[in-house]
Amino acid sequence: MLTPPWRNTSQYQRKQVTKMSKKTIIVFSGDYDRMMAAFIIANGAAAMDDEVTMFFTFWGLSALRKQQKPVGGKSDNSFLQNMFGGMLPKHAEKLGLSKFNFGGAGRFMMKKVMKSENVMTVAELISTAQEQGIKMIACTMSMDVLGISKDELIDGIEYAGVATYLGEADESNVNLFI
Amino acid sequence: MSASVEELKAIASPVVVDARGVSCPGPILAAKKQIPSVTVGNVMEVLATDSGTLKDIPAWCRKMGHDFLGSFEEAGAIHLFLRKAK
Repeated sequence: MLTPPWRNTSQYQRKQVTKMSKKTIIVFSGDYDRMMAAFIIANGAAAMDDEVTMFFTFWGLSALRKQQKPVGGKSDNSFLQNMFGGMLPKHAEKLGLSKFNFGGAGRFMMKKVMKSENVMTVAELISTAQEQGIKMIACTMSMDVLGISKDELIDGIEYAGVATYLGEADESNVNLFI
Repeated sequence: MSASVEELKAIASPVVVDARGVSCPGPILAAKKQIPSVTVGNVMEVLATDSGTLKDIPAWCRKMGHDFLGSFEEAGAIHLFLRKAK
């Protein structure tokens, strides 16, 4: 009775705390460690009931490549586009580290430690992200530049450009460039 | 809201999430997966070994609107308790 009614705000406070929000992440880098960071943040946010959109551009697109390269189908890529496609990491688990990669030996050693410490690999983080309904968008402009076609990329992703990303970023309260 | 270790140990949690051995973000992914099976007002217990979980589960509870009750460490495992609030 001593508490004035306007001080009794507990029911409103709970509403504020649990407000849903949105996170957007631009994945530009194709480094294995940076990719882990991006997907751990994305999965963590989704586990906290946030809506998450990841926009993959340039080297980041390598993470979305299928483990199995599609067979057949003649591509209309130019020689240079094919060259880029051939030099890029084949899929997420072939990405190099940003430091101490040593032509893949560093990544091999880090993955060994990760396995013993039960740390999720990028491939596992990607499938968890898909289970959690994280929206993944591939930048079509960089796909053209790097000679990556839609059938080379994993299923369940969207294709769009900068305006789509900016529209999503407008609604988000955290935006990262990784 | 924080309960003493004795009070926590006395809780018979109907749902126990075993996230021992998995690293970040494993424990909160596991908590998120299990929380729908808990009835509102009931307690969920999370078992973990990653020490970051001590801070992460309370933060997850704040964001999700659940009440974090407290935690204790025993035999190399962290036991965390929360009450589903909605």
